[in-house]
Amino acid sequence: MAIQTQHTGSDVTPPPRKRGPMEGIELSTVRPAGDRIGYAVLLGALALAATLWLAGGLNVVLAAVVGFLVYLAGVYTAYRVVGGRRVATDHVMRGLVYGAFILAVLPLVSLLWTVVGQGIPRAFHPDFLLQTMNGVTGVQDEATMQEGAPMVGGAYHAVVGTLVITGIATVLSVPIGLFTAIYLVEYSNKNALSHVIRFLVDVMTGIPSIVAGLFAFALWAMVFGIGTKDALAGAVALSVLMIPTVVRSSEEMLRIVPNDLREASLALGVPKWRTVAKVVLPTAASGLASGVTLAIARVIGETAPLLVAVGYARGLNLNPVEGPMNSLAVYAYYMFTRPLNPGFRDPSLERAWAAALLLVLLVVALNLTARLIAKLFAPKTGR
Amino acid sequence: MSTTPPSARTPAAVPAPAPDRSPRRGQVRRPGDLVFSGASLASGLLIMAILAGVATFLLVQSLPVLTADPGEVTGEAGFAAYVLPLIVGTVLASVLAMAMATPVAVGIALFVSHYAPRRLGASIGFVIDLLAAVPSVVFGMWGWQVLAPRLVPAFAWLEANLGWVPLFAEGSNTGRTIATASLVLAVMILPIITAVSREVFLQTPRLHEEAALALGATKWEMIRTAVLPFGKPGVIGGTMLGLGRALGETMAVAIILSTGGFTWNIIGPGNSTIPAEIALNFPEAAGLRLSELIAAGLVLFVITLVVNLVARYIVEKRSEFSGAN
Repeated sequence: MAIQTQHTGSDVTPPPRKRGPMEGIELSTVRPAGDRIGYAVLLGALALAATLWLAGGLNVVLAAVVGFLVYLAGVYTAYRVVGGRRVATDHVMRGLVYGAFILAVLPLVSLLWTVVGQGIPRAFHPDFLLQTMNGVTGVQDEATMQEGAPMVGGAYHAVVGTLVITGIATVLSVPIGLFTAIYLVEYSNKNALSHVIRFLVDVMTGIPSIVAGLFAFALWAMVFGIGTKDALAGAVALSVLMIPTVVRSSEEMLRIVPNDLREASLALGVPKWRTVAKVVLPTAASGLASGVTLAIARVIGETAPLLVAVGYARGLNLNPVEGPMNSLAVYAYYMFTRPLNPGFRDPSLERAWAAALLLVLLVVALNLTARLIAKLFAPKTGR
Repeated sequence: MSTTPPSARTPAAVPAPAPDRSPRRGQVRRPGDLVFSGASLASGLLIMAILAGVATFLLVQSLPVLTADPGEVTGEAGFAAYVLPLIVGTVLASVLAMAMATPVAVGIALFVSHYAPRRLGASIGFVIDLLAAVPSVVFGMWGWQVLAPRLVPAFAWLEANLGWVPLFAEGSNTGRTIATASLVLAVMILPIITAVSREVFLQTPRLHEEAALALGATKWEMIRTAVLPFGKPGVIGGTMLGLGRALGETMAVAIILSTGGFTWNIIGPGNSTIPAEIALNFPEAAGLRLSELIAAGLVLFVITLVVNLVARYIVEKRSEFSGAN
């Protein structure tokens, strides 16, 4: 039904087939029309959109939407005439697929543009990086806006807090995640328990971050009394989110270590645990490291669990088991939603965006590091 | 594994000390092996304990509200009446997000797998992954400051032209609505749906595709007859995973939405979701209110659990791949 022969499918007889270079299978008789028509229509649509936007005074987005619709209609009509209904549909769908891609890139570009644009003025100011919010109130913000006084208050404590909490979370979850992966790959022999564990790891992947925070809060409430909030609780909450990511990526990496290596080592009389520690783990090291880095990148920007389990501190707190600690994400959230001086929001917003920029830079740096590790230190025998 | 370890029997009784990796231990075979396999097993069991702990501790902390007099709960009509509008709001926002994200995600997945040049495909994958890496609080701030004001005219247009539909009854003039929140959620769940769909699309048997093309199909006909039917379970599973993520997403909704009671009007203020309700009220909560919010969290946990399990089931029924993350 869907794949019709050429004669029933197109109502216009296609022009005599051109014997071009045979570029694989795609050069079939149902595509007698070249791409040139499409480009022409695209140019026309772009010109129309630009005219509507610049001369017609239409909103950019609206102009782009109109341009896109005109492009689709134009492509359909043109190819309908040249190549028939099926060719026309093909080109319209191509347009839609490309359109979907552009549509997805737009928010990313807009978001990065906003974060960088709003964050740059403050993010790398020494005052911002080296001051805390201790003693900073709405009065100073009002002075900044009214009298041009220098802006005070920074995110030093939040940067430190983010590093401390994420660091503890990493220390907690990497051994657990890595050893679970080792159990699944090396020791379980695919027994029933390994299926259960794998299933539970999948379940854990889906835990909403705020539920992880509530878990840590409830655990601390039962152990230390209700309402206890400290950095360690936040680290535990982040670990709940991080462990499944570490397990999954590590398991995948351990699995691609060739079995020959294990067998060769065991055949030489090396104990199993040394085989794992000295042969399997080093072979998979780059993949494991990049997986852990990605897991850190995933939790470093978490806000909700820290909001619930760690609370909000105005000053520097280096003790992870005593009192609330700040973190970049929570700092940005509080500065954004509860400005110090509701009448003069701008300084608080500026701090929020600066913190957001630092956070995004951290995440991007971690992602790039992970890629770099995977690329640079990949074992030669890996694949 | 095909190799038989020297100590294949499970040393379940071994406590889990920190793994001793010092090479001196290598001389003595058994202890090293016991420590290593014991630590591995203990880690696996710890994961079970953590999950059991999540459910148990949340349940224990929410017991006070479940047994409390209905008059003492917020809204004075019992916990069920309190949480029901929140559940509806959560599901509404997530389903809207899913409906908006899925077609675009399938489009991108097709673009990467079948339209873009292969080398470009990898870098596009990185860009989409980057979208997944942006912290949710940043998405929230962006939605509040950039997206919401720009949507106000669109809401006004919807109200003027489609006002008879209950969904578009009254436009907001701040843009801080459930529709805006859903749009941001849609952007946030785009990467996961794309990743899963892309992976199944790439797994389409090459022979199916070439058979379709050899029969004279156009590229789109090939995709419709060979790629999409093959990838359908993957797309559905990916969509459900995206739904699970949207259900649990907190900060974007908490920042953007101007919360209120339940209303069908999605372009005005009102509605709330469970995670947003918790995030907005938790810092000041105490006593029974605290227990109430934790109980709401438990409800959210159960809902996401069910959605994720169904998603896993659908994805894994198809084939084994690791695109779920």
